[in-house]
Amino acid sequence: MLTMNEPADRLPGRAALARKVLPYALLSPAVLVTLAIVFFPMIQAAWMSLHDYILWKPKDFTFVGLKNFAAALQDEVFWISLRHTIIWIAVTIPAQLLLGLATALLLNQQFPWRPLARALIIIPWALPSVVIALMWVWIYDANYGILNEFMLRLGLIKASVPWLADPDTALYAIILTLTWQGFPFFAVMILAGLQSIPKSYYEAASLDGAGPMRQFWHITLPGISGVLVTAVLLRTIWVANSIDVIYVMTGGGPGYATYTLPLYAFIKARTNLDFGYGSSLAVLFTLMLLGLVIVYLRRAGRSVN
Amino acid sequence: MVGRKSLLKRILIVDVPMLLILTFTLGPYLWMLLTSLTSENRLFTEGPSLAGATLENYIRLFSTVGFLTNLIHSFIIAAGTVVVGLSLSVTAAYSFSRFSFRGKRYLLLQFLIINMFPVVLLILPLFVMMRVLGILDTHLALIIANATVAIPFSVWMMTSYMNGIPKSLDEAAMTDGCTRLGALWRVVLPLCTPGIIATGIYIFITAWNEYLYALTLGGRNVRPITVAIQTLIGEYEVEWGLLTSGGIIGAMPATILFLIVQKRLISGLTQGAVKG
Repeated sequence: MLTMNEPADRLPGRAALARKVLPYALLSPAVLVTLAIVFFPMIQAAWMSLHDYILWKPKDFTFVGLKNFAAALQDEVFWISLRHTIIWIAVTIPAQLLLGLATALLLNQQFPWRPLARALIIIPWALPSVVIALMWVWIYDANYGILNEFMLRLGLIKASVPWLADPDTALYAIILTLTWQGFPFFAVMILAGLQSIPKSYYEAASLDGAGPMRQFWHITLPGISGVLVTAVLLRTIWVANSIDVIYVMTGGGPGYATYTLPLYAFIKARTNLDFGYGSSLAVLFTLMLLGLVIVYLRRAGRSVN
Repeated sequence: MVGRKSLLKRILIVDVPMLLILTFTLGPYLWMLLTSLTSENRLFTEGPSLAGATLENYIRLFSTVGFLTNLIHSFIIAAGTVVVGLSLSVTAAYSFSRFSFRGKRYLLLQFLIINMFPVVLLILPLFVMMRVLGILDTHLALIIANATVAIPFSVWMMTSYMNGIPKSLDEAAMTDGCTRLGALWRVVLPLCTPGIIATGIYIFITAWNEYLYALTLGGRNVRPITVAIQTLIGEYEVEWGLLTSGGIIGAMPATILFLIVQKRLISGLTQGAVKG
């Protein structure tokens, strides 16, 4: 099928063939490279997960079937990490969403310094995660951190809290950092959604006597619901996957207090060099995410057509 | 006419909350900046302050820690990723935007799905693969790793930019005797230049900021800025003046580039989502 020019079958054989092949030929470099550097490695990861494979024993690559997966389900750390992953997503995403929504609603108002505010709000998004981790470790510092000083002065705490060294607060401290990093994304996405709602809807509603709250419920929310769902799906997948900030801030510690599932897989492979078990954790985690990915692809697939 | 009362109302319900959110957004960054300008021995006695601001941390960063080499490594990797990502995706994007063919939808979604997979799932096999190929700890290894993100992203962005250029322009060029590729090269690409630049800059930023691949696939010879900063945290644990100046320098290129292209970039990034 060709959209442009005359139908292909009316052309002489060679030219028609060339036309048919051309779109694929143009695609082939990108497709072949991604096959080689993305899809092939993924299959390899799945293959590794079925083996005993420890990197410093390279000759020992024995097929063990689903042993690694069975071991994971017996592994206490696996369940701890899974629970943290769930808390981590369940708190971070709503926090990012609400803060992002508030920011977008504000940015959608008329005020003189709006362009400046809009440009500055996305700065966290552009920063390297290592730098984000670094500055928040400094903020949380037990002795000289500004958060302790701030809260001591306000009388919210009585003594300095070692935010990242205390197992009870470490995970939530990181969640605050992640919220800070990710809410601008929501703000920008939602703002784009807000701006696509025709102004006339609001004019009509206020002529009919609808107040700001009712306008919000009946015009704004339905108008941005599509963007909200897409943004939440995308962000959930990203937040679930992101391990760099935690890795730099606490390395999973203290103890297992900030382990999430992908982080556990990464540490298993990096520190213990246990690539077999590490890959099986990664594969398990991917399977858990797959549901979300499929929902997202369905939506994206619709917009592609 | 805006009365005084409504102005006051606007300040209370728009300006003040916006200012609070911006304080939360920029506060940590400004605090890092302020710390980096405070000399190390005053930091723990008086705390960070603008009075007596000094560049001594920055001077030390470059003279003793050797930050410049790390910056160069990061630059080579990020620039290499931009070249690979853009050159591979231009023809693919053209194909997606101009033809309809069997399997198009699946191929497009294929590019979308790549960025959904956990980095861990890719990082382990890539490490094993590169070890076999003997390219660990080279710029090439990190360019390949970053390309896994850059290619799909760039295909999507370029397709969306090209969709905005009327097909009739290619047809006109081809009537005038251009081949398909000629039309792409002479007509479509020049019109896409702003989009190409924005996409390239975004790839540059993500590759510059990337950390996990750099940590795993880099090493002693190739150590980009992000890994260098993390090493600093380990080595100079309490010297926050030095650490924060490293953070400021490491974040500088990405921040500046981002502020330059943010408008165009965001319209490109959000387009797909708004339609959905």
